Amino acid sequence: MKLTKLKPLRVSIFWVLGVSVLTGCSSLGVEPWERDLLAKPEMALVSDPIEAGLDDHIYFSKEATSGGRSFAGGGCGCN
Amino acid sequence: MQLVNQSKRMSKKAKNVSTAIAAASCALLGSSAQAEGDFWDFSKDWKFDTGFLYYGETDRVSAVEGVFSATHEPEFNDKFNFKVVLDSLTGASPSGAIAQPNSQTFTRPSGNGQYTAEAGEIPLDDTFRDTRLQMNAQWTKPAWENVTSSYGVHFSKEYDYLSLALNGSLAWDLNQKNSTFSAGLSYASDTYEPVGGIPDPLSSMVIDLGQFPTDQDFQDAFDATRIDSSDDRQTTDILLGWTQVINRSTIMQFNYSYSNVSGYLNDPFKVISLVDNGGIATDHIYENRPDSRTKHSFYWQTKHHFDESIMDVSVRYFTDDWGIKSQTVEYKHLFYIGDSSFIEPQFRYYSQTAADFYQPYLLDSAAVPEFASADIRLGEFTGVTLGLKYGWKTNAGNEMALRLSYYKQSAKDVLDSHPGVLNDLEIYPDMDAVFLQYTYSF
Repeated sequence: MKLTKLKPLRVSIFWVLGVSVLTGCSSLGVEPWERDLLAKPEMALVSDPIEAGLDDHIYFSKEATSGGRSFAGGGCGCN
Repeated sequence: MQLVNQSKRMSKKAKNVSTAIAAASCALLGSSAQAEGDFWDFSKDWKFDTGFLYYGETDRVSAVEGVFSATHEPEFNDKFNFKVVLDSLTGASPSGAIAQPNSQTFTRPSGNGQYTAEAGEIPLDDTFRDTRLQMNAQWTKPAWENVTSSYGVHFSKEYDYLSLALNGSLAWDLNQKNSTFSAGLSYASDTYEPVGGIPDPLSSMVIDLGQFPTDQDFQDAFDATRIDSSDDRQTTDILLGWTQVINRSTIMQFNYSYSNVSGYLNDPFKVISLVDNGGIATDHIYENRPDSRTKHSFYWQTKHHFDESIMDVSVRYFTDDWGIKSQTVEYKHLFYIGDSSFIEPQFRYYSQTAADFYQPYLLDSAAVPEFASADIRLGEFTGVTLGLKYGWKTNAGNEMALRLSYYKQSAKDVLDSHPGVLNDLEIYPDMDAVFLQYTYSF
């Protein structure tokens, strides 16, 4: 019952996302002169690579999941 | 005036540091380096990022880690990065064996010496000690119009572990660089050479409780549980990403990553206990995991710039063919304080289900399954991290930041009931850790 209720919702989410990605991306975005905020180093997706690397090492050693943001990789005997 | 003097002193100091680094690098890399000209002029187009981390678990492992990263970026998208990481780890780690109402004795993974667990305590292997050196080099260059290529090498060496990896990726800029599609490939080859060798999976841990007439008899029995001195594993990763500028203040990223690992995937230090119907341990056998694992992860990140703050939120969904599923939510919010400092609260929630073959212990009345591990990292648990970061700019314009985080793992019971004495004992090792991080960029 639950599944049949969910299914049309999932399908419509898929279509809304899919269509907006395919058609919407060209209308999304900014002109080159509107990049003042996006150009700030703090707005980089990984704004602190040292911290990201240290976090990846900690969580890779303590959890069964790795990767996602970057390569899951090999790396150390800690897992 | 004082400020001017100070900043002059600082820039002089920075120059001295740069010169010293330049001299050291040239000495390391030989005179051919000088022929490269501008590349080795460290006062030009270079940026250095350094970091120090202290990581400490209550009564268990503690680690210190230092990072030095140098980036040469003469032009946008034309970048070379070199990173060195050195870390040192010491302390005790759960061996996988179950707690008992009486004290227990175990053989160290090397076969030299023993460790004990007091009554009611989760057995911890106290020989966890390692130093690791990691080096990475990554080159990023424009390949052709609107396409950037990046490739790199990775080296990591511990006393008993070696990892070598190569990676390469391409990124296509579309829609006036408002969208970027990237595709990357990485291959790693790791070799494990544990002290004491590779234990025979599912064989019993040999423990000297006085039953061996001579040391040699014990050694012979221990050696009989070893199948090799080293083993290896190979990892192939594929990463597909889509980055999208939404508007002047919002950027998003979607990533899909695929990872296949094959080869030796056991932890040679971990055992799993066999217990009788009363919950009393009768044996401890070395764990055995499948020799391949395929992982998929879906990652979404959004950054939004408010008037005086920046929100960074990400969600990751992960699944693999070992039966592990996990969700990760991370939220960071940077608040500017004046022109030169910020404060950033950080929150992370992680939750995973157990691997199909994860068991906290096995019943000795049942047949031993083909695969079994009591490594809590393959069990079901949630992890919560709370952190606070404070960053500021020095008078010389260099950036510093301090971060303090608290990380807590809480295990969930994967079984409906437990036999006998195990009902009164702690079965799953919970963990809490504190990390303190300092970063400095110049």
